[in-house]
Amino acid sequence: MQPEAYVAHHFPNLRQQEHAARIGMWLFLATELLLFGGLFTAYSVYRFLYPAGFAASSEHLSVAAGTINTVVLITSSLTVALAHHFARHGKGRTAALCLAITLAFAAVFLVIKGWEWTHDFEEGLLPGRYFHSSELTATGAPMFFTLYFILTGLHGIHVLIGMTVLAILMVLCWRGAYDHGYSTPVELGGMYWHLVDLIWIFLYPLLYLI
Amino acid sequence: MSQSPATTPPSPADAPAYNPRNYLNAEAGIRSWLLTRDHKRIGIMFLALTTLFFFVGGLFALLVRIELLTPGPTIMSAMTYNRMFTLHGVVMIFLFMIPAIPGIFGNFFLPIMLGARDVAFPRLNLLSLYLYVIGAGIALYGMIHGGTDTGWTFYAPYSTTTITKVVPVLLGAFVLGFSSIVTGLNFIVTAHTLRAPGITWMRMPLFVWSIYATSIIQILATPVLGITLLMVAVEHAFGFGIFDPARGGDPILFQHMFWFYSHPAVYIMVLPAMAVISEVICAAAHKNIFGYKAVAFSSLGIAFVGFFTWGHHLFTSGQSTLDAGIFGVLSMFVGIFTAIKVFNWTATLYKGSVAFTAWFAYFCGFLFFLVFGGMTGIALATVSLDVHWQDTYFVVAHFHFIMVGATIMAWLAALHYWWPKMFGRMYPERWGLVGAVTIVFGFNATFIPQFLLGNYGMPRRYYSYPERFWPLNVASTLGATLLGFGFLLILIYFLWSLKYGRVASANPWGSRGYEWGTLSPPPPENFIGQPVYPSPPHDYTEGSVQSGDPHAAEVTHAA
Ligand code: HEM
Ligand SMILES: [Cu+2]
Repeated sequence: MQPEAYVAHHFPNLRQQEHAARIGMWLFLATELLLFGGLFTAYSVYRFLYPAGFAASSEHLSVAAGTINTVVLITSSLTVALAHHFARHGKGRTAALCLAITLAFAAVFLVIKGWEWTHDFEEGLLPGRYFHSSELTATGAPMFFTLYFILTGLHGIHVLIGMTVLAILMVLCWRGAYDHGYSTPVELGGMYWHLVDLIWIFLYPLLYLI
Repeated sequence: MSQSPATTPPSPADAPAYNPRNYLNAEAGIRSWLLTRDHKRIGIMFLALTTLFFFVGGLFALLVRIELLTPGPTIMSAMTYNRMFTLHGVVMIFLFMIPAIPGIFGNFFLPIMLGARDVAFPRLNLLSLYLYVIGAGIALYGMIHGGTDTGWTFYAPYSTTTITKVVPVLLGAFVLGFSSIVTGLNFIVTAHTLRAPGITWMRMPLFVWSIYATSIIQILATPVLGITLLMVAVEHAFGFGIFDPARGGDPILFQHMFWFYSHPAVYIMVLPAMAVISEVICAAAHKNIFGYKAVAFSSLGIAFVGFFTWGHHLFTSGQSTLDAGIFGVLSMFVGIFTAIKVFNWTATLYKGSVAFTAWFAYFCGFLFFLVFGGMTGIALATVSLDVHWQDTYFVVAHFHFIMVGATIMAWLAALHYWWPKMFGRMYPERWGLVGAVTIVFGFNATFIPQFLLGNYGMPRRYYSYPERFWPLNVASTLGATLLGFGFLLILIYFLWSLKYGRVASANPWGSRGYEWGTLSPPPPENFIGQPVYPSPPHDYTEGSVQSGDPHAAEVTHAA
């Protein structure tokens, strides 16, 4: 299909349409940031109320797992950027491959996260009412784990959504849908994935390091 | 080509009175509606749905007012009463006030005013309608199966521990928030990318400016409410403990996060009303707006300042005196931007030639409610006064004046003003005026007694009250009944006019708004041919007035 065939009836040309799509995506990403912004606010307030409890709780998370996951996600951002690069230059198959690698990284991220969660469950590091740990008795620890699970859970849902989007794009790339100079969907999917990554970059220090 | 502002060949002057091939009849069948991507049809569906919910919400309001007719129990228990006012608030705020004007008139007219054939993302636009239906469905399920008794504000920790079904209502509001975000996103992108050649930013109709400002708030504030409601839902469902002090949570944090959205949300409701009024006033006065830029930028000013005033809902919640003072002063800034608009609107009337149509009557009502509601707002923003009025009927009357009164006036003004364009038929003008007088009078009769009641100390959200408040409550209930009749009358004559109304010409008011340049009702593609825009919007300078204008001879110079 030629690029012009993608122009919807209400747009004068493809350039304009792509411009609109990009603005739309940026605005959507802004709403996502604000969605997490509410949680970050709650985190800051309770960190301020329970500094000791939060610090003690943070030590019960595996820094190694968190760090590996951070590296994994950042690398996946690179592969997604490469996918867009190749798609733009008409190399659909290579782009699909890059997306496949991204998906693999995402899966690794989720597996590690799942391992961490099971570990937390076993130790009784659970949200709110369900919290029961013999080692960790600091005030504020149940609150930390409430926020921890909501933050990582919501982020995990975003990873899953991102994976779905990227998987669809992968199939389309492989079939050559973007081989003719129109690759905006890959770009937008990539932007979404970068956001998922960016949010994790904030979560990582807040939950694991400080 | 004639010299009308938005010229579409054939120009409206020699166009058929009723456009035979229009967006309403271009395709037939229920599927063509359910799967449409036409912004006009989506607007019409929003009109039907929001109107339905307006009457549902109104029914609950009447039940609340009937309960308050006598000091003791009248028709329901205290628990039912709590559910009733919650139902009323949730339905009116989330299902009517927020989606109504952007969903109906924003969808219908924003693209037409920009010379565009549709909004930027028509499929997302349809999604927004479906999200609205789904959100409404979830919320209604919760309301019918047990109801919620927290009020529309869902204050923690009560909302996290109440035995009523609060989770579906919260989730419904969450989904409705997405609908609102998608609508706003679409409008912003449309304004940026789909303005026709000739429509620069400084030539955008004022309606678009104000809707644009609304959309910014929708995008920036709604996600915060979304996550807040989600946290309450999670806490209620699983006992996670976020806002409940029994589990170390901070209920004041909830109030901050709730009002960070919900104060800007009042501008999501009132800015579209201002959008409508800016259009209506030019057409009513047959004059260009006085101070286009001031009106345009004050919308952005309100949107901006509106984000920094939420603390005025926490004056008595244990906020520090310094914070309270700062929030009080910042709240008053909104009054400045609002006053700029009010002065410009009224100055537009100066030496205008006004025909007293129903929609002009609603403009007058709007101005009255906005000014008096706003002044009581300034009074409430004065911390020492608010301590006296907090959580009394004074607050209820305040926000019903400014938020409900002003928005409903604008909604009705828009319905009457644009009805001929949307459906190609005139409403009966005489009945229109009767309706307008009933509504304005009914509103005052309902809420002025509430100002007094609040000032005498009657608290809100109680189902009974001491004997001495009785007379004023009776007055308020009578006013509400009058309002109910008024709305029924309007509904009836609008439905009547769809079939029996006089056929409208393309531009029965002789308006110079861009949207009147196309046929009535508009063709599916909005224009026949490419419209051109030689003159700015709202331009009534001599020689450029369209035929069919009853005031052509008396038009004065643009300001
Ligand atoms: C001149 C600008 C305004 C000022 C200074 C102002 C000030 C205030 C203050 C101080 C309160 C808190 C009263 C209390 O809880 O005791 C309040 C309540 C409220 N205002 Fe306004 N207001 C203004 C405009 C608006 C507008 C434009 C709307 C809606 C479109 C609105 C809607 C509301 C609502 C819904 C409440 C009550 C919320 C509740 O507690 O249930 N206000 N206003
Ligand atoms: Cu407020």
